[in-house]
Amino acid sequence: MSAPLLKVENLQAWYGESHVLHGVDLTVTEGEMICILGRNGMGKTTTLRSIMGILRKRTGRIEFAGRDMMAVPLHHTARAGLGFVPEERGIFASLSVEENLMLPPKVAEGGMSVEEIYALFPNLHERRTSPGTKLSGGEQQMLAMARILRTGARCLLLDEPTEGLAPVIIQAIGAVLQKLKSRGMTVVLVEQNFRFAAKVADRFYLMDHGRMTAEFPVAELTSRMDMLHRELGV
Amino acid sequence: MTMIFGIPVQALMGQLLLGLINGSFYALLSLGLAIIFGLLRVINFAHGAQYMLGAFVTLLLLNHGGISFWFALVLAPLIVGLVGAVIERTMLSRLYKLDHLYGLLFTFGLALAIEGTFRYLYGASGMPYPQPVQGGVNLGFMFLPKYRGAVVIISLAACIGVWFMIEKTKLGAYLRAATENPTLVQSFGVNVPLLLTLTYALGAGLAGFAGVLAAPIYQVSPLMGSNLIIIVFAVVVVGGMGSILGAIVTGYMLGVVEGLTKVFYPEASNIVIFVIMAIVLILRPAGLFGKDA
Repeated sequence: MSAPLLKVENLQAWYGESHVLHGVDLTVTEGEMICILGRNGMGKTTTLRSIMGILRKRTGRIEFAGRDMMAVPLHHTARAGLGFVPEERGIFASLSVEENLMLPPKVAEGGMSVEEIYALFPNLHERRTSPGTKLSGGEQQMLAMARILRTGARCLLLDEPTEGLAPVIIQAIGAVLQKLKSRGMTVVLVEQNFRFAAKVADRFYLMDHGRMTAEFPVAELTSRMDMLHRELGV
Repeated sequence: MTMIFGIPVQALMGQLLLGLINGSFYALLSLGLAIIFGLLRVINFAHGAQYMLGAFVTLLLLNHGGISFWFALVLAPLIVGLVGAVIERTMLSRLYKLDHLYGLLFTFGLALAIEGTFRYLYGASGMPYPQPVQGGVNLGFMFLPKYRGAVVIISLAACIGVWFMIEKTKLGAYLRAATENPTLVQSFGVNVPLLLTLTYALGAGLAGFAGVLAAPIYQVSPLMGSNLIIIVFAVVVVGGMGSILGAIVTGYMLGVVEGLTKVFYPEASNIVIFVIMAIVLILRPAGLFGKDA
C-alpha cells in the first residue's frame, strides 16, 4: 500500500474551552475518496477545519504529502495542496460568479482550466457576470467546488456538499465527484447522506463524539446497514 | 449682475467651488476610513492625525530637504502609509481578536499622542506652506485659483483610481472577499494578515495624501486633523460604513451641500452635515450606499 497523502493522528481540537475532537485518526492515500459519516455535532466539520488549519486550537499530528502541517499558517495550507469547500459554501456576495471562481490563487499546475470548469458546470458559464449569491443553492455548491478545482489542489476537503439540495442537484454533484475521482483527485468528504456517498467513496469513517468509531471499505456498506441506521439515526 | 434665487452668481459659484474643495478632502479622508473599516472593522480615530502627518511631512520635506510639493505629493503619502503599516503590524493587529471598541479606543489614544507630540514640537499655531501653483483662471462669473482647481481634479482622480483598484482588480477582489470572510480567503492561500497591513497603510496613505493637498490651502497645524475628523466620520455614516462608492460620492455631495448652505443660510453651514447624518441614521441606518445588515 502506498504512503498516505494525508495522515491524521490523535487530533484533538477545542472551540474556546469546549473540547470537541478527542483523538481523531485517519489516513487517505493519493487518489482515494473517503467519507466521514456521523450525526450532527459529532465533530465532522471540526475535523476538516482542524486539518485545514482554520481551527488553530488543536494538538496531535497532521501530515500532508509527508509534511507536518501543525505549525503551517493557514494561508500556507492551501499552497501545500489542500483545498477546502465549506458547508456554507462561502460564496462572496460582492463578487461576480467569475470573480468568485478566479479568486483563489493557483497553488500548483494540474488544476482545471476555466474552460474545463465551464464545460463541467455550464450553469456557471451562463451566469458568470451575476453576483455570486444570486445563484441557486446547487449552483453555489458547484461554484464553491469549481473554484478549488482551478487551483491545482491535490486534496479536496468537502463539507456536506449535498446539504439542503434537491435530488436532481445531488445527482449532478455526484457526477462531478465521479469525474474528479476519475482524474485522480483525493477527496475527504463529510456527509450524512451515506446513500449518496456510497456511489463515490472508497472508504468510510464513522464519527461519534469527536473520534472515529469505525472504518470500513465501501464493499462492507451493505453488511453494516443496521449499524449505520442506528448510529446515524436515519 | 446675474442673480440665481436672489444670490449673485459669483457668490454662488464661489461657495460651490469651496464646497467642492472641502468635498475633495471629505471624499479622500472618508474613502480611507471606509477602506479601513470595511476590512479591519476598526473605526480609525487616528485618521485625522494621519492627515495632519501628511501635511507636516510635506512641510518638513520642503524646509529640511528642499523637496518640492509635487515630489512630496508622492513621497509624503508613502511615508504616512509606512507609518500606518508599522502601527498596524506592531500594535493594531494585537487587538483584532478583541471587541471592535478596543480598536477605536487605541486609535483615539494614538491620535491624541501624535497630535500632542506635534503640538509640543511645533506649537499649536498654524504654519503656512507656499502655493505650488500661482495664479488663477477668470471664468467670467468667478476667479478660480489654479491650485484649488487642481486639488479637485487630483482628489477626484485619486478617488477614481482607488475605486478602480478595489472594484476592478484582483487585489481589489481579495479586499472585497476578505471584507466578507477573511478566514475563508486565507484558507485559499491569500496572506490576509499582509492584506490587513496593506489596507491600513493604504487608508493612512490616503489620509496623508489629503494632508499634502491641504498644506498649501490651510495652515499646517497639529490640530488640522482633529478639526476635520468629526465631519469626515459624519460623511462615512451618511455614505454607509465601509462603502467605497458611498464615501466618495457623499464626500463631494456633502461638501457642496455645506458650501451652498453658506450662501443660502450661513448660520446652518456648520451643522448641516450633522443634521443630514441624523436624518440618514433615522431613516436609513446603513447609510445612503450601505447594505442593510
